[in-house]
Amino acid sequence: MTTPTSAPVAAGVLAPESTQVLHVREHCVEVVSDSGEGAQKCGQSFGAVSAKMGNGVWTVEIIPAEIQPPARTPASASGVRIRLGTQAITNWGDHAELVVAFNEQVLLSRHRQEALADDAVILIESMWAEHDNDSIRAAWNAAMEELSARNYRIILVPMEERCLTVVDDPRRGKNMFVFGLLAAIYGRDTERCKAQIAYAFRKKKPEIYERNAELFDLGCAWARENLPFRVEVATEPYTDDMVVMNGNTALGMSAIAAGMDLCSMYPITPATSVSHYLSEVFEDAGGIVHQAEDEIAAVGVAIGASFAGKVAFTVTSGPGLALKTEFLGLAAMTEVPLVVVDVQRGGPSTGLPTKVEQSDLLAVLYGQPGDAPKVVIAPSTIEECFHVLITARRIAEAFRCVVYVLTDANLATGVQPFPRPKPDSNWMAGPPDQDPVPEGARPYDWDDRTGLSRRFIPGQAGGMYTLTGLVHDEDSKVRYATGVNQRGCDMRSRKIAVLQSTLQPPKTHGESHGDVLVVGWGSTRGTIEEAVDRLVSEGHAVSSANLTFLSPLEPGLKDLFARFRSVMTVEVNFSDEKDAPYITDENRRRGQLCTLLRAQTLVDIDCWTRVPGQPLRPADVADAIRANVRSVTADANGDPS
Amino acid sequence: MTATCTLTDCGAAPDVEYSMDDYAGPVARWCPGCGDHSVLSAAQRLLATHQMAPEKTVFVSGIGCSSRFPHYLRTYGFHGIHGRALPISTGVKLARPDLDVFAVMGDGDCCSIGAAHWIHAVRYNVNMVALLLDNNIYGLTKKQTSPTTPQGFPSNTQPRGSILPPMNPLSVTLGVTNASFVAQTADWAPQHLYATLDAAYRHRGFAFVRILQRCPIWTASLFRDAVQDPAKVEVLVHEKGIHDATTEAIHTNHLDHDPSDLNAARALAEEGGMRLGLFFHDPTNACYDETRRVPGYTPEDRIAILKRELDRHAV
Repeated sequence: MTTPTSAPVAAGVLAPESTQVLHVREHCVEVVSDSGEGAQKCGQSFGAVSAKMGNGVWTVEIIPAEIQPPARTPASASGVRIRLGTQAITNWGDHAELVVAFNEQVLLSRHRQEALADDAVILIESMWAEHDNDSIRAAWNAAMEELSARNYRIILVPMEERCLTVVDDPRRGKNMFVFGLLAAIYGRDTERCKAQIAYAFRKKKPEIYERNAELFDLGCAWARENLPFRVEVATEPYTDDMVVMNGNTALGMSAIAAGMDLCSMYPITPATSVSHYLSEVFEDAGGIVHQAEDEIAAVGVAIGASFAGKVAFTVTSGPGLALKTEFLGLAAMTEVPLVVVDVQRGGPSTGLPTKVEQSDLLAVLYGQPGDAPKVVIAPSTIEECFHVLITARRIAEAFRCVVYVLTDANLATGVQPFPRPKPDSNWMAGPPDQDPVPEGARPYDWDDRTGLSRRFIPGQAGGMYTLTGLVHDEDSKVRYATGVNQRGCDMRSRKIAVLQSTLQPPKTHGESHGDVLVVGWGSTRGTIEEAVDRLVSEGHAVSSANLTFLSPLEPGLKDLFARFRSVMTVEVNFSDEKDAPYITDENRRRGQLCTLLRAQTLVDIDCWTRVPGQPLRPADVADAIRANVRSVTADANGDPS
Repeated sequence: MTATCTLTDCGAAPDVEYSMDDYAGPVARWCPGCGDHSVLSAAQRLLATHQMAPEKTVFVSGIGCSSRFPHYLRTYGFHGIHGRALPISTGVKLARPDLDVFAVMGDGDCCSIGAAHWIHAVRYNVNMVALLLDNNIYGLTKKQTSPTTPQGFPSNTQPRGSILPPMNPLSVTLGVTNASFVAQTADWAPQHLYATLDAAYRHRGFAFVRILQRCPIWTASLFRDAVQDPAKVEVLVHEKGIHDATTEAIHTNHLDHDPSDLNAARALAEEGGMRLGLFFHDPTNACYDETRRVPGYTPEDRIAILKRELDRHAV
């Protein structure tokens, strides 16, 4: 082995008195282990404690595709990135500046994905370097050789050796030792950390907590005695009461807050954890999670419940959404209120089950044969995930329509603090109307202007009708006469326009006019806004707008776009590169929001999209915007581009 | 299926008496001679016998000839999509245990495109009545082979005769864990049909009734022998079974079968043949809609739970 430019530093080489304290406004740390070694529990606990101490936090899970991939392989890398800040953090940032790795192979995985800063500090389990097994030592040496291409500072940590003083199987325990390391490095409050450990092991016996707390102390002590640096990310105490959770937990609470009683689902990553959370608490609040036999039955049960007067929701991801297509057309046709949560992942087909993508927008909008108008809402923060089902249920009932909520894997597992909501009984659905319907009332008594009508619910005397997916008239009678289908389509479509008339135009992040407007939706908001801020600080006239409503689109988009010389979308879905072979302006397939906005506004909107299987980085987005700014200003100056 | 009354008007005495006509919708537009007419009449009689409030009764169907059923009744109806009557009815019953729920399916609906739901509906054992109107053919789409079409019977998709041996809906249902009520009847035995629906309605749990149903257009020959010669039909008799004196008088072939004996029921079903009666009945099986029932809540209860949850996630 050739000596790496940054040779592994033996533990304890630097005396603690020479400890350097790095004062920063933000810092990005990753914990990676083999799948099953608990790096996620460690990282999420650290993130939660940091949030509770007043740091802005965003965490992203690094998830392998298998439950138990072969250990000590790059494919096994499982963990968390935690980005901390003095102020609010809205995305996962660019590169990790500190990494704790349980072995060199999972570290390699992060290195190869260019997740690490060039001068990142790496704390790595030391046992592999001197391992009895020749092939492990050889693998270690090869890894160190590969890593030497960067200026990493690698510090060996005797994790296994230390943990063996407390537990027999350090694979179950190293993670809390590492939590201790991080707590010492970042100066985390011990009591809060212990409380977090107790929460993480709340379903286990008390001895389990005791042992993990001991491992945590061991990690703290080792770091204090041996590590020559500390990182201080100043905290600014919150003025509001705050809560911290991931997007899927927030969605689960949202269902309770919205007064829903039934979550009907089928397991699918990355949506399932909404139901995991709800399964724990929903029954206390009078609701149930129904795990159906398949995706189709899951939405069918929800539609049956909604028809019967209790608006239900189903939660799924791309492949499940595809299976539900026919039922969703039925719900649109029959105006059964329904909320569908789609936690998007990479596609098509099985695609990237655990990774973020924003590729379901057009499938949601146009997935049903025939015309099936619907409402589509995309929360962009964890806080919005908490509130979104309250809005969605109300719209679904008021407009008798299907409301899709599009989140994604990044929001699902991202953890972020936000002001504590104040639950209100007005958020909740009332009991189903059981009063007799007035004489002469009809089940689809569409208002000619708005398309709105009153829904009859089983139990209401005099309201008996047969709901049908066939073309029907105001009495829900099957009718094929000319004009009946036209009128039904008109009425169902009109409701979407009526909803739009109640919406506000989007607000811009930054100036309301300028050279480039970046339009995005969903979880990319924080990343786009951070990229825009960087460009503004460089002196560019760049702003962004985030669209929460995608159907109907928020009003005023044409006016907004006219105030910028160029408009582009940034999305995590596929588009052809402009300069790729065969690609022309006419045949180029663009990002999904871009396609939609071009069709609706006739503005020549450009896009920059990527499908990397991970969230976008602000630096990459900033580069893309910068390129757009250059071409706009070059055009304006008459320069050849 | 027993009506459970939890949400509204518990114990309220009906102030009107419903006749069969009160449940009648528009004139049914099935072909003359179609067995579905007979099932519709039996259902109306059942509704009247039990004085089910029309507004608290829901008939759910899929797609096919028989799935027009809800349109011809004056109750709440849900004419759904092909194969999916059971998930819809499960949702209705989970949300509203106070409603009486019936699912009406054809053999394509239940045994082919919706087969997964059928298996699992038997497992859930939700309190409801499921009617399989089995005419051994796809009728509405004009004579395609169904899973229950007899082997060798020609259709437009298998003109040289149905290729596979037919599926046996009774043995399939009896093979599913948690089956609690499995019966077979026929559209041309109206008394037995009614008695079977009545027993199904009284059952606590998922009552599965296969109704042999004539299609005069596409499968007129299939049940002809059984209709014309009562001796070709065997009636299951037992004190715990379905008893109808008229049927037992017409069809003199009786077979004593204890419907609490699952193994005997499976053996009988496997033998096939033209047998009417209650194959299996176990009212003690757990019902999903009861197991999953949770106490009602007030908005204040919910707010308290949310506050507890927010405390757990407090910074």
